[in-house]
Amino acid sequence: MATIKLDAKVPEGPIAEKWTKYRSTVPLVNPANKRNLEIIVVGTGLAGASAAASLAEMGYKVKAFCFQDSPRRAHSIAAQGGINAAKNYQNDGDSTFRLFYDTIKGGDYRAREANVHRLAEVSGNIIDQCVAQGVPFARDYGGMLRNRSFGGTQVQRTFYAAGQTGQQLLLGAYSALERQIGKGAVQMYSRHEMLEVVKIDGKARGIIARNLVTGELERHFGHAVLLCTGGYGNVFYLSTNAMGSNTTAIWKAHKQGAVFGNPCFTQIHPTCIPVSGDHQSKLTLMSESLRNDGRIWVPKNKDEKRAANDIPEEDRDYYLERRYPAFGNLVPRDIASRAAKERCDAGYGVGATKMAVYLDFKYNLVNKYGKAEATKLGIENPDYDTLVRLGKEVVKEEYGNLFDMYKQITGEDPYEVPMMIYPAVHYTMGGLWVDYNLMTTVPGLYCLGEANFSDHGANRLGASALMQGLSDGYFVIPYTIGAYLSSDIKTKAIPTDHEAFVETEKQVKERIDTLLSIKGKLSPESFHKRLGKIMWEKCGMARNEKGLTEAIQEIRELRKEFWSDLKVMGDADGFNPELDKAGRVADFLELGELMCIDALDRKESCGGHFREEYQEDGGEAMRDDKNYMYVAAWEYNKESDWTLHKEDLIYENIKIAQRNYK
Amino acid sequence: MGWLTKTLTSSIGKKVLMALTGLFLCTFLVVHLIGNLQLFKSDGGYAFNTYAVFMTTFPVIKVVSYVNYALILFHAFWGIYITYKNRQARPVGYAVNKNSSSIFSRSMAILGLILLVYLVVHMSDFWYRYHYEHLPYVKYTENLTTGDITTTAMDEGYTQVVKKFEISDVAAGTKTIIVKDLYKVVGYAFQNILLVLFYVLAMFAVSFHLIHGFQSAFQTLGLNHPKYSPLIKNLGIWIFAILIPIGYAAMPLYFYFLK
Amino acid sequence: MNITLKVWRQKNQNAKGALETYKVSDVSPDMSFLEMFDVLNERLVTEDIEPIAFDHDCREGICGTCSMYINGRPHGPLEGVTTCQLHMRSFKDGDTIVVEPWRASAFPVIKDLVVDRTAFDRIIASGGFVSVNTGNAQDANNLPIGKDQADKAFAAAACIGCGACVAACKNASAMLFVSAKVSQLALLPQGEPEREKRALNMVAQMDAEGFGACTNTGACAAECPKEISLDNIARLNREFLSASVANPEV
Repeated sequence: MATIKLDAKVPEGPIAEKWTKYRSTVPLVNPANKRNLEIIVVGTGLAGASAAASLAEMGYKVKAFCFQDSPRRAHSIAAQGGINAAKNYQNDGDSTFRLFYDTIKGGDYRAREANVHRLAEVSGNIIDQCVAQGVPFARDYGGMLRNRSFGGTQVQRTFYAAGQTGQQLLLGAYSALERQIGKGAVQMYSRHEMLEVVKIDGKARGIIARNLVTGELERHFGHAVLLCTGGYGNVFYLSTNAMGSNTTAIWKAHKQGAVFGNPCFTQIHPTCIPVSGDHQSKLTLMSESLRNDGRIWVPKNKDEKRAANDIPEEDRDYYLERRYPAFGNLVPRDIASRAAKERCDAGYGVGATKMAVYLDFKYNLVNKYGKAEATKLGIENPDYDTLVRLGKEVVKEEYGNLFDMYKQITGEDPYEVPMMIYPAVHYTMGGLWVDYNLMTTVPGLYCLGEANFSDHGANRLGASALMQGLSDGYFVIPYTIGAYLSSDIKTKAIPTDHEAFVETEKQVKERIDTLLSIKGKLSPESFHKRLGKIMWEKCGMARNEKGLTEAIQEIRELRKEFWSDLKVMGDADGFNPELDKAGRVADFLELGELMCIDALDRKESCGGHFREEYQEDGGEAMRDDKNYMYVAAWEYNKESDWTLHKEDLIYENIKIAQRNYK
Repeated sequence: MGWLTKTLTSSIGKKVLMALTGLFLCTFLVVHLIGNLQLFKSDGGYAFNTYAVFMTTFPVIKVVSYVNYALILFHAFWGIYITYKNRQARPVGYAVNKNSSSIFSRSMAILGLILLVYLVVHMSDFWYRYHYEHLPYVKYTENLTTGDITTTAMDEGYTQVVKKFEISDVAAGTKTIIVKDLYKVVGYAFQNILLVLFYVLAMFAVSFHLIHGFQSAFQTLGLNHPKYSPLIKNLGIWIFAILIPIGYAAMPLYFYFLK
Repeated sequence: MNITLKVWRQKNQNAKGALETYKVSDVSPDMSFLEMFDVLNERLVTEDIEPIAFDHDCREGICGTCSMYINGRPHGPLEGVTTCQLHMRSFKDGDTIVVEPWRASAFPVIKDLVVDRTAFDRIIASGGFVSVNTGNAQDANNLPIGKDQADKAFAAAACIGCGACVAACKNASAMLFVSAKVSQLALLPQGEPEREKRALNMVAQMDAEGFGACTNTGACAAECPKEISLDNIARLNREFLSASVANPEV
């Protein structure tokens, strides 16, 4: 029943001119008409808040929705390390092309060239915009902006605000959004969860949302609907995502006809605090920026008993520096994660569970910062303790809040002993397939930020998620939405008693009633945990045909059990987090299956997708560009039945090569 | 003047009024203490009683004193009003509450109420009696050559229209002054141990009120600076919360134990 | 560890609430405080008792969602830590822990430990922003800002809007929250054009929401998980007063 034909709508012309030319020729909506056009924005993270604010500034009528109690709490807030931009402020040879190139290469050649180049082009504007809003980025004494390095690049292009960059950027976008709310240009619906897309004549025309406080279902009309609802890493149960992060919005859209791009591309972040026990509810990231100064190592001996600080240099294996001398500890995330897994699987892991590696700051604390400070202060021949003391102050300034957080969670002081880290699910590169305009395969339905599949290929580089979210929201959608809305100016607001709204609301209500009426024995949380375990073990850092085949079967069975033995306490007429969770887990149980199907179908290793059958002798990923250089876009037919569409990736500006960080 | 009302009735403005009146009352405390130090002079109350006359007759001082009374009342009742409004901001309290703020800062209202009661007692003991009740008179004869002063209590029934009767006898080389003997009244009052205790306790209230109040006023007025704020804090503690209350408390103790 | 919890249960905003006692056994010291609640809630489901509703999201101490008043202190016994970052190793075996929601008339209880903090959003909407439309910005380095000044602004901007300051204050005053935002923008040149209006409007909105007045007790800063300084409140007072006196339109 496949009906969809993918058209990426990439403009003609040389890569560097595509966006400029397109931006100048895309149809516009005049100010008088904008006032009559309503746009629904679901999600208020970086992409959603920036889009809602920008569109309202332009004159559109905007309704914004978030399930949190305030738009400021969206999970973008937790991003730590920084945001990339090709400003070349450090005079180290950065350029738009280099950022574009690094991002495509970092993504293991599985992203669409035109989108990524546009991202690199507007990256500088994002920094300008954020600074103008009062975002307090780190600065030098002279007042200029500072930069640091992130993985997969050899320039310093990452702007940051201590370890709270996401928070500061989100508060900037949030303040812009609140400004429009104050003006009445945006109507804000917090503690509201979108539960369905309403389609009329094949076009997205609104949503059904549940007021999470009163439990009421609400119908909202929009000429266009923007989904900016983030990633679906919580399908793994344990991830660095927030507890509330979910796939429901995009999954509903997917089932309404929006095809899903590269669902199996998941980023496993190498530097997270290891799991401490069965009670664990989520994992905490330690920013990639720590790899600027932290050196990763494991003992050379399998049965090492000594404490980390007592292990001499000659008995330490700095395995990233050994394997990848050119990039060292700053190799991209997928490579660093796999290398950690390889060492732990080989029996060299540390800590109680042996599923961790050291991230050690002592060397740079002493030799880089301590010595520099001593020189600055004119201390000749400083002793070791002085160097430690001086170095500590600098490290504190750079990473203080991360160190505090680590200490809080583990009870160990990372200034004294090395951190213990292990990879964890962090980001999903996959998402709803969108064209150059960020529109999904449902007309009028857009998808921005992590929720879409577009810019990061099979692996995202550090500090690029914030860049993409804000790029989509501030600088892309305000232009590209005109291409659709300019032809929709004659459409009057559709009253929400239209039968499509009534019918969709009825379906949503029926589903809620079903969840409540199963009255089985097991909580939504318990199903989520079990799903997570299947996903992590069989569709996690390393995947193989056997595991994936089993996983698909297990998920189907788990889903069956879910719909027959679920127990949801409370009712639908008020605040009920159990019910919210049940709905989200139900969607994860469907998404998980698709992720495994996609992973099974992609018989190659690339980026975060590592198929054990496809690796080189040294354990490096083995891509198959001949057969798999495409975006896998899955169209939903019915339960457990999808049709695969392929968007071939054409690289005209980048020479494809084996990723080499050696 | 719409803007002024608006400013002063805002949550910050309300506090600014407390801060400004409070600081004014702090200056009053200093002046009043310096004046009353004359109680410690061993001159039979000459300096103190003539000072009392000056304070109640000199027009400028009179105006200032009435402003002072008004501000005391304003500070008290405005404070009660703010406390009432602040209570409304938390209609349901906590079952368990461990405060991380100082007890002084949390007890400003109750300390203030104690001080209000104290002021009523204090004013009725001395101010009211001095102004409206019959007080004994005292005659001071000063030898202008030697400076010696002889003190003579006037008869019980003696009264005069002027507050201070003053006459100089050039031939005899003396100056004679007759005034109300407030000094005696004070000395007599402070023979009552209960009153002495009450006064001393009230001075603890002054101290505790000002430990927080003085520096808090500067914070409310936005006058803070990394260099100078510690100075203000120390000033508040050492001068206003320690030295001044000790000075005041010394008076009843002095009369009770040494007179 | 075995822990006795006394938790505020309240069906909805209008219902009357009460403290209920629950025993939780086999608590690991490595558990976070919220993970202990997860364990308890899972058990309550098996006992046919509705789980305790509480606000939480990122569990990394940055989103500002979690909001428990634990043994008489917002976010519990540790300094500079949110509820989600509080771990059970901070308690002893056999402890009784009383958990209540934030209490303020401006933060009505929605259910159990969940309160409505949208008053904070309305305060931000009244002026906590720089009016710069998308696309109007100059090059970021055209506006040099000295490191000290930038650091101060950053320290104020670290506020996560959790409301612990309101919860801790005996007057349920929101001054620390408001002052953090006013300070951040007052310290930066970008905030200059709207400086006076911002202070005036945000204070007016804060008052309209029904928060109490600041009496400088300092409980807010002592309990703030991001250790926002009281200096910000002095700055807000200064900003507000100078704007009131100087702004001709007020």
